[in-house]
Amino acid sequence: MSIIALDGVVALLGRFPALAGVDLDVGAGEIVLLQGPNGAGKSTLLRVCAGLQRIESGRALVLEHDVVSDRAAVRRSVGLLGHDTALYDDLSVEENLRFWARASRVDVDAVDGALDRLGVADRLRDVPVRHLSAGQRRRTALAAVVVRRPRLWLLDEPHAGLDQQGRDLIDGLVRQAATAGATVLLASHELDRTMGLASRHVTVAGGTITEDRTI
Amino acid sequence: MWRDVVLVAGKDLRIEWRSRVTFSQVVPFAGLVLVLFGFALDANRPVLERATSGLFWITIMFVTTLAVQRSTSIETTDGARRALLLAGVEPVAVFAGKAAAVAVQLLAVELVLVGGIVVLYGAEIDSFLLVVATCLVATVGIAAAGTLLGALVAGVRARETVLPILLLPVLAPVLIGATRAFDDALGSVAVDGWAWIGMLAGFGLINLVLGALSYGVLLEET
Amino acid sequence: MTTPASSEVPVHTGSTTTRLLGIAVLVGLVALILLGFFGAPKDDEQADAVRLIFVHVPSAFLTYAAFSVTAVGSVMWLWKRSVWWDLVAHGSAEIGVVFCSLTLFTGSVWGRPTWNTYWDWGDVRLVTTLILLLLMVGYLAVRSMGGDDSAVATRSAIVALIAAVNLPIVNRSVEWWFDRTLHQKSSLTDGNLEDLTLFTLLLGVVVWSLFYVWVMIHRFRVGWLERELRFGDLDLALAQRRAEAHTINDGGDR
Repeated sequence: MSIIALDGVVALLGRFPALAGVDLDVGAGEIVLLQGPNGAGKSTLLRVCAGLQRIESGRALVLEHDVVSDRAAVRRSVGLLGHDTALYDDLSVEENLRFWARASRVDVDAVDGALDRLGVADRLRDVPVRHLSAGQRRRTALAAVVVRRPRLWLLDEPHAGLDQQGRDLIDGLVRQAATAGATVLLASHELDRTMGLASRHVTVAGGTITEDRTI
Repeated sequence: MWRDVVLVAGKDLRIEWRSRVTFSQVVPFAGLVLVLFGFALDANRPVLERATSGLFWITIMFVTTLAVQRSTSIETTDGARRALLLAGVEPVAVFAGKAAAVAVQLLAVELVLVGGIVVLYGAEIDSFLLVVATCLVATVGIAAAGTLLGALVAGVRARETVLPILLLPVLAPVLIGATRAFDDALGSVAVDGWAWIGMLAGFGLINLVLGALSYGVLLEET
Repeated sequence: MTTPASSEVPVHTGSTTTRLLGIAVLVGLVALILLGFFGAPKDDEQADAVRLIFVHVPSAFLTYAAFSVTAVGSVMWLWKRSVWWDLVAHGSAEIGVVFCSLTLFTGSVWGRPTWNTYWDWGDVRLVTTLILLLLMVGYLAVRSMGGDDSAVATRSAIVALIAAVNLPIVNRSVEWWFDRTLHQKSSLTDGNLEDLTLFTLLLGVVVWSLFYVWVMIHRFRVGWLERELRFGDLDLALAQRRAEAHTINDGGDR
């Protein structure tokens, strides 16, 4: 079964064709690296897979649900870490995660475990997110993805702003998720780092896929 | 659904409680407006007494634009709007929850302002029940229309200026109705305040329905 | 940038229909001016000021007609996602704002000699029409703020609906507020109008309606061409976008 099946997907941002015809097929348990220059369409591609982007033409299935007509089902089963961290500045780390866990209807008790796995120290958990460093913020946002236990992980520049230890943690998480049967799509510039992690390298440029190599 | 309404409203109120924007900035602003009206009308008691109801609700209109802007920016600053969609929260629940939180904040400001007009303008309250009823019913409509228009301008350039242009004309009936009802409650003009409550309730209901129907479209598309 | 080479796209917005309409409007205007100033008799009470109704009443009629069209167009956009209706809603709102301003202007100029005031707060229709003008100015503000085409259409359609739904409440609340109105109850039905005055008034409504249709057709075509220019050539934009892939590969890292 394909986890992601894109067929000739064209997506517009305003009047700009961010995706100009993308075909992609990803199976269960794969870790796929999306690489390519800024503005190539990687983030838009991730948003399409999350059911958050209207598509102009073509067809996109995620977990066999259509991303437009059945977007509620798509959204339920994916976890997205975007450029935004979707955290409320004035709430503490723990309050944020509890809110998102309740909103997503998942087990609120999973919050502590997720924060442990992301290495967010106990002393930070009652601190308003406003006072976190960029790296700590990113870890918290990733913990919110972990809490959802998604079947498809969509990570946009997951290593950005993180220290060495943070990066190792993320790599570990991604491997674990894939071993447990989840699929991971990650967009990254840091090729040295992610080359080894991913089982497949997809190059995106000019809103199309120009290269697709399985390692 | 109701669970999500409470979740969203609770979240917004908790954020307000933590940041205290309403209490540390909006309430003083409202008080300041009352004082400035006092200066502008030359501290003329009879004029002030006659105008008290209107000044009260004008001040609430100003406060509303601030509260709505704040309520909107909570979701837009760090992409939480998108995350709410991803989490699968019903847009209707987001609308109702955010409107409820705005309403609670406005009611708190109104409570303080009622004290303000008693102290500063020498208002005498004939009917407490009518004051409370007016505040409750008018605020539901204000919060509903405000939350809807707040979401509408969320993705727009220069939203700080566009919001009042859209919101204030829509709120004109509330300004008229709530002012008349207050006139009755303060005994400054002989009108039937309770009849106006009916009009305010109609406004509230209609704008709640409008918001419930269109909030989802706005969240998805903008 | 190359211009989209589509030979069917006309370079102007005129056609036989619009030219005929334009001529009809011109002829009608001349007739209206002649009849309004010289044909129709003075009013017993209002003297020459009465002649303003030949502009005021048709403008008011067209104001509400134009905004009704905007409301219908907005519903149709939200329902069918039809760009055609979105353009109609936009054009009609722009023309409506002009008519609405004209209504308020002629109304207050007429009010000065007749009611002895430019503006009367107790007049329901006057206040309602002013609020309508403010709402529609807000509508056009949202339209002009830019962004994704369909997002703009959706946002402004919802503004139009909010305005349309709330306007009766505004009207009701102003009515209760003063519980009286200065306005002429209805000049058309009270039977006091001279035949020629009535005829001139109806001619005014017809000429204004033709003018509305005429401008509307042009405005719609301009809107359509604008869209074509920005949007129409998706194939070209896609080709350019795909071509980026090669230039970037050749150019190395960026």
